[in-house]
Amino acid sequence: MPLSPRIPESPEPADESMVSEMQRRDFLKLGLAITGVFAGGTLLSAVSVVDQVFASKQDFAEKYPYKPHYSMVIQQDNCIDCERCLEACRQTNEVPEYGYRTRILEQVKPEAIGRKVEFIPVLCNHCNNPACVRACPTKATYKDPQNGIVMVDKDKCIGCKTCMSACPCNDRYYNEETKSVDKCNFCYDTRLSKGETLTACAAACPAKVRIFGDLSDPGSQVYQRVHDLEAAVWVLRPETGTKPNVFYTKA
Amino acid sequence: MADNVTVKTAEAPYLDTEWARPGVLDAIASRLFYIALFLFGLMAVVGIAAGVHAKYIGSLEAYGVSREVPWGILISTYVFFVVTSTGLCLVSSIGHVFGVQAFEPIAKRSVFLAVATIVSGFLVIFFEIENPFRMAIYNVISPNLTSNIWWMGTLYGAYMMFMAVEFGLLVMHKFRIATMVGFLGVVAGIAAHSNLGAVFGMLDGREFWYGPFMPIYFIASAMMSGAAAIILFTWLAYKVNGAKMDEPMKNALAVTTKVGVLLIIVILFFTTWKFIIGFAGSEAKIMALKSLLTGPYAFNFWVLEIAIGMVAPLILFIKSRGQNIGNMALASAMMIFGIFFMRYDLVVVGQIVPVYYELGVSDYPGLLRYSPSVHEILVVLGGIGLTGTIFLLGEWFFGGHEHEAHGEEG
Repeated sequence: MPLSPRIPESPEPADESMVSEMQRRDFLKLGLAITGVFAGGTLLSAVSVVDQVFASKQDFAEKYPYKPHYSMVIQQDNCIDCERCLEACRQTNEVPEYGYRTRILEQVKPEAIGRKVEFIPVLCNHCNNPACVRACPTKATYKDPQNGIVMVDKDKCIGCKTCMSACPCNDRYYNEETKSVDKCNFCYDTRLSKGETLTACAAACPAKVRIFGDLSDPGSQVYQRVHDLEAAVWVLRPETGTKPNVFYTKA
Repeated sequence: MADNVTVKTAEAPYLDTEWARPGVLDAIASRLFYIALFLFGLMAVVGIAAGVHAKYIGSLEAYGVSREVPWGILISTYVFFVVTSTGLCLVSSIGHVFGVQAFEPIAKRSVFLAVATIVSGFLVIFFEIENPFRMAIYNVISPNLTSNIWWMGTLYGAYMMFMAVEFGLLVMHKFRIATMVGFLGVVAGIAAHSNLGAVFGMLDGREFWYGPFMPIYFIASAMMSGAAAIILFTWLAYKVNGAKMDEPMKNALAVTTKVGVLLIIVILFFTTWKFIIGFAGSEAKIMALKSLLTGPYAFNFWVLEIAIGMVAPLILFIKSRGQNIGNMALASAMMIFGIFFMRYDLVVVGQIVPVYYELGVSDYPGLLRYSPSVHEILVVLGGIGLTGTIFLLGEWFFGGHEHEAHGEEG
């Protein structure tokens, strides 16, 4: 699958074709860079992030390393902080009171025009280059070779908490009940492996915030949102180079 | 054995080449010795009891660490102990491994204390790690070679073994093999300790730590700690024994003081550049640095780390000219006290800036908090108590670690 369905195989004879793809991208970046500053400097790119989130667009955009390559796109501005996702996660995955696998952050912008509050759901980013997996001494946390989910093997966890320090997004906690570090696994054991197609949080969301799917499938909604050149798509803490698979955008 | 440099004198008949001689007790035995041994032993026992209790009720309730600040005073105390151990090994190896004679008198006690401090470090980390028994199994059958924790744990295991064997060989006067094993100890120690630096330095989500600075800094600060520990413990040992220091030993402490002076300056230099470079960095990193300069950790930084830990000892060391052993010991005690907080600040300040700080969310408006719990403090005191106990027992059983010139096979 080529990176850009929008690079025409045979350029249109029209004048616009003289504008190269790079110029077009630069223009888009320029136009949306201001939005990026406003959003707290968190905007990774105003154009499709595929080429920046992955090491090499030749390798990754054409062929994703996992099949299915599970991914989530979060339509941040749709979130109303009803917390049904959090409750669904808690019940589905037996998350104790003191912990959470996903939460909703609140961003208040008093200087904004119109709506001044935005909610940012966060969960494990299931990074392609996960800092936690590198740091774990016993391979208790690992990247699933099939679907790319960052898993935890409870029995191997020694509880050194290095993964918790290593995670740039604080998506892990120590679960006293299971005697192991716990984190989001896209409901793999509780739902996906049982034939469900959505995570509990995505299924529970009434506002279409959490779009879950296979990033390697061009027909999937996540693929289409992430590859949409016109849309602003970003990830959290891109500077740490972990290449997240949870993307953020606006509806 | 005629030209052996021993401290065997009429006033100190217990300083015999025979070790574990019960009669040694009589000479050492002063009321103060027993009181100190009792207090250190009590600290160790209470600390272990607190650690066991914490394991029983769970770290969530017993310890002050949290999801956001998962590493607290137990990690920093572990770092403190292994820094000291590595430093004892490295500074003393100048004599007993690399053959600089001036350092040889401190060899045996240093090697012994290197073992004592690493054992104390392991005691503390045993109570910090949630599932230490799983570690013993899965470090072996499921090793992750990209993990610094794995390398650090494995190499420190090897290091402890080498140091213990080296001490045994020194006691048995097998100096040639001891030198070889000591060299392996040095290699394992440097590798392990730089890996411990890399445990922090390779976390690129934690900007206060991230970068190649940490492994280098750890080795330099180990040597600083080692110099202080050698001077303090040697001074203490002679107080305990009531023995008179001979010239070679005085000279050894004088050269160790020079090492201390050099390493304090090196660490002050490193610290200065860490701040200057850090202020050219991200908002989160500057926030961490400011917490040390003017924020909640300013007292720790300026008073405990800089003034008590480095500047005052530096002045005392220089003024003592390596001769005033009382002042050198005082300076060393201040250093060890200050370095304890240096490790604490290093570990805690690396985590107090929320990872989402730059996202500007109202959930994380400012610095996170961590304060040690009672259980944590008791375990820390337990580690200190264990070092004190082993040190005193060592002086007792090994007759004040009498030193002898190497090259003589017993």
